[in-house]
Amino acid sequence: MTHLGYLVAGWSVTVVGVVSYAVWVIVRARSLAQRVPENRRRWMMPDV
Amino acid sequence: MNVTTPVSTFELTGRGVQVLPTSSSKATKVLGWLSLLGFAVLVVLAFAWVPQDTRITDQGDVVGQFDAVRLMFVHVPAAILAYSGFGITFLASLGYLRWRTVWWDIMAVSAAEIGVMFGVLTLVTGSIWGRPTWQTWWEWGDVRLVTTLVMVLVFIGYLAVRRIPVQAQVQARRCALIALVGVVNIIIVNRSVDWWENRTLHQQSTLLARKIRDETLFTLTFSLLVGAALFAWLLLHRFRMAYLQSQLEQLEVEQALVERRAESQLHDCQAASALPTQTHLSDAPQEGEDQR
Amino acid sequence: MLRDVWLVVGKDLLIEMRARVGINQIVPFAVIVLLLFAFALDTDQAALRTYAPGLFWVTVLLASLLAIGRSFAVDLADGTSDRLLLSGIEPVAAFLGKVIAIAVQLVVLELLLSLGVLLLFDVSVQRFGLLVSAGLVGALGLAVAGTLYGALVAGLGMRESLLPVLLLPVVAPVMLGATRAFQDAFGVAGAQGWAWLGLLVGFAAIYGLFGALSYGTLLEEA
Repeated sequence: MTHLGYLVAGWSVTVVGVVSYAVWVIVRARSLAQRVPENRRRWMMPDV
Repeated sequence: MNVTTPVSTFELTGRGVQVLPTSSSKATKVLGWLSLLGFAVLVVLAFAWVPQDTRITDQGDVVGQFDAVRLMFVHVPAAILAYSGFGITFLASLGYLRWRTVWWDIMAVSAAEIGVMFGVLTLVTGSIWGRPTWQTWWEWGDVRLVTTLVMVLVFIGYLAVRRIPVQAQVQARRCALIALVGVVNIIIVNRSVDWWENRTLHQQSTLLARKIRDETLFTLTFSLLVGAALFAWLLLHRFRMAYLQSQLEQLEVEQALVERRAESQLHDCQAASALPTQTHLSDAPQEGEDQR
Repeated sequence: MLRDVWLVVGKDLLIEMRARVGINQIVPFAVIVLLLFAFALDTDQAALRTYAPGLFWVTVLLASLLAIGRSFAVDLADGTSDRLLLSGIEPVAAFLGKVIAIAVQLVVLELLLSLGVLLLFDVSVQRFGLLVSAGLVGALGLAVAGTLYGALVAGLGMRESLLPVLLLPVVAPVMLGATRAFQDAFGVAGAQGWAWLGLLVGFAAIYGLFGALSYGTLLEEA
């Protein structure tokens, strides 16, 4: 495989970027959701 | 203070088996798993199935991008998603200026943030691809490169304005205008850079000028589908995060209002009689409302 | 309407003339930037001559940030924007007045700066008409976009650093077009100067239209 270093760099930058952004969003949304009552959380799954 | 707020009601009446609340729903679960599965398949397709990009010239030389072509499957979707994000921000900003509801505002900021993330990824992966293909990390003569950079910078500015604490409607209105100007600006920048570049007679796009292989085309299309699922999943979560934040701010305002009313009621009571009773206090919000 | 525009122009320019911040601070700042460019590029007279158009417009751009920021800071301190609207002046008139006032200041700055460039960087003017028109239209374009963004960030915290971040990417086409036009006017590069002037006119027109349409929305503060 040619350009292996470039390939690894390009793909891993993408994966790390998207995953860390997604984790940030989900963790923050979760901490916010705990402070908002269920009837004001539209579109989201009800508490079991 | 004897005033119960929605927040404390929720905490007191917690259910027996408590699952921590999240921003997910059935739709986001499906989208999330689809993008994860799709990405796994994409990795296999991109690295095991797509052949090297090579071509034999009339002189018998082997030319092409070789394995660097596999970077396209992250670069192209990232670019398209970045532009989609800014497109959604543009439409949502128009929607906000027309209808002035928080929904449009939240949609605009969510899409802009995701757009900036994919925009930065586009620039980074494009640069990594350009080094082996164009022999340079950065090519000023390429319109799309320069346009994308300016666009990402404009929306980084947009997000900076978002972070400045100011009254919500003022911020929403100003940001909507910034997004509109930003997108108009993209068109002007694109045209002017195109003009600038053509003076130097820069090479045409290396991607489209060459015939593309079927496997590569299929994988590229597949990567766009995976990207679309991922984008929708991210946007839903990001939107809900902002929605929760706005709900929380609203709750705080409501609570402050209730407290303020109770306080003014207390002062009224003190003026009327020297001994305010507990019943007066707990009735305060309702009475205050009637009076107003 | 036209009377209102001139009213706003007169107000802004009168403030500038009395305060003399432009002459006392912004012009010296621009000259210092020119000096720094000479230091940065070494004593290479040929390089300075080649890059003079770009250096000129970078300097104008940086100085325009100061002029725009100051113009809105003065208005904000006195609550002038609110009072103008209360007095029944149309937002469009307020916008155009501000644009013209800023453009006039920029043109004065450009005049002094071009003298500096001619003397210090040793350039000669080949096409005088192109130079003057590009200078005027470029200043107008900067003033139009600058007024729009100045109003957008007025009253926000940290606007001193926010204005450059927002405005500079947007005025990038002005930088591009005006520099090409000046290259042609100075005869340092074979650019199609008049065609680039067209871009500057288009830029000023598009942002002028946008600003005129949106200035009312922008000023309706709570």
